[in-house]
Amino acid sequence: MDITYWNKDLETMDRSSIEALQLQRLKALVTQSLKTEFYKKRLAKAGIASSDDIKSLDDLRRLPFNVKDDLRQNFPKGLLAVDMEEVVRIHSSSGTTGIPTVIYLTADDMENWTNLLARSIVATGCTRKDVFQNMMSYGLFTGGLGLHYGAERVGMTVIPVGGGNTQRQVQIMKDFKTTVLHITPSYLLHIHSKLESFGTTPKHLHLERAFLGAEPYSENTRLKLETLYGIHAYNSYGLSEMNGPGVAFECIYKNDMHVWEDAYILEIIDPETGQQLPDGELGEVVLTNLVRSAMPLFRYRTRDLAYVNPEPCRCGRTHRRLSRIQGRTDDMLIVGGVNVFPSQIEEVIMAIPEVGTNYQIHLTKAGSLDKLTVKVEIYSKMFTGDMSALDALKTKIKEKLKASITINPVIELHEPGSLPAFEGKAKRVVDDREKL
Amino acid sequence: MKITQISVFLENRKGRLYDICSMLGSAGINIRALNIAETESFGVLRMVVDKPAEAIDLFRKNGVTASQTDVVAAEVPDTPGGLANVLKILTDNNVNVEYMYGFVEKHSENALLVFRFDNPERAAQVLRENGLKVVDEKGIQGL
Repeated sequence: MDITYWNKDLETMDRSSIEALQLQRLKALVTQSLKTEFYKKRLAKAGIASSDDIKSLDDLRRLPFNVKDDLRQNFPKGLLAVDMEEVVRIHSSSGTTGIPTVIYLTADDMENWTNLLARSIVATGCTRKDVFQNMMSYGLFTGGLGLHYGAERVGMTVIPVGGGNTQRQVQIMKDFKTTVLHITPSYLLHIHSKLESFGTTPKHLHLERAFLGAEPYSENTRLKLETLYGIHAYNSYGLSEMNGPGVAFECIYKNDMHVWEDAYILEIIDPETGQQLPDGELGEVVLTNLVRSAMPLFRYRTRDLAYVNPEPCRCGRTHRRLSRIQGRTDDMLIVGGVNVFPSQIEEVIMAIPEVGTNYQIHLTKAGSLDKLTVKVEIYSKMFTGDMSALDALKTKIKEKLKASITINPVIELHEPGSLPAFEGKAKRVVDDREKL
Repeated sequence: MKITQISVFLENRKGRLYDICSMLGSAGINIRALNIAETESFGVLRMVVDKPAEAIDLFRKNGVTASQTDVVAAEVPDTPGGLANVLKILTDNNVNVEYMYGFVEKHSENALLVFRFDNPERAAQVLRENGLKVVDEKGIQGL
């Protein structure tokens, strides 16, 4: 296979050159951070008064961690390190507590981010000949605009349709012969269940690739989407605090995501102790953004759980790979005293061909006991009218889940299209335990 | 001599059976026979209609999960022991009935029943050879 690069020098530089660049940029980051009162105080406690205190990459560990709450408490401008007139873009995400987190970008920061996205897009094999339908929402959310700028930079034909209005989305795919989608996996699943009612099938579309992101999903969901649509689906990773998408992206080999290490320093830590974990061990992803001057942010605890794949990649890129996000430190469910990640449930049910494109995890109390109900839509093409086949399917799902999560779930079968559908990030867990 | 049965997957949701029936009614499709098999969380609605192809098309356009199954419609004497005699013929000929249900209206002096067999061709042949009337698709439309 032909490998194409956006910036071959940066993407294939050897380890020591990456680290030298990281050190140089880390020193600049410390200098920039010290322009804010918040970091000045925080770094002083760690004994760091200037970039001269950073002598090697190991000194990164002298820097304190930052967490989402630090961003909230410094809302709106506490972490801003440049004059407001230098800022060309603001993005923001609304938090569950009501105080949003905000990020600022200068023109140079935008340029850096856009190039990282162009690099990510090219890594999947896309070219300027592709027609790119961006189905992530635009606005303050980073997912829509981020990929938009990157795709334009590559020279693709960009359709900035945003999220929602499924019938129109499919019509646009047909009208403009869309080849690449940027979409949440749950929405792409949902669209498949609607195609037939629009009188079309994936064969009538021209799709070749999809960039999946903005929510965790399992490998089996990716495989299901690839099979249903006959496309290649690429996993991507980013978070607004690190600019948004473009932190890590899969290359054509689709085997974990290259973290662009010239722009980000990746650490994996034990979420309990904060200790660094070796490559291959699952822990919390901690990131330092080396290419944003407007709002410095280092050692940011993402609460995402993943591990590092340090093996060399066949694509020739030297940047280490990050596994699929396995869950979040804060999305773990405790059911009857047992820890369960929603991703474990998804991994099991999406591997079953009779299961359709949507599911929901429902937690309730039965007396004093936790009751886990997994509601799944059936795949309409697998329905034969045979009652015993449906009973057997229920039993199969129940047993496979029990083997994976050790909890005995209640399985409900639902009609395709009947469970709540999502045109953006999916909310698949409904926990009614507290309310009872 | 097979006829088409349409099976619809129904989740346990208020008004769902009404939705399906009213969809058929608005399209001018008449239900000739029906049966519901259910569990606590879902059911399968089985029916014979006068225009099966139109019904399947209607369901597909409206996102209703449906499939087609071959069944046999046979007349059974409407007398005590009438059904028992038919079942004996089937048993003696080693034909297994998976399930059965009755038509809404009576056909001539006999009751009309829908049978699901694992081998509908052979079952229809056995019934005919034993002097029972098997009704085909045209016969259903003419009811």
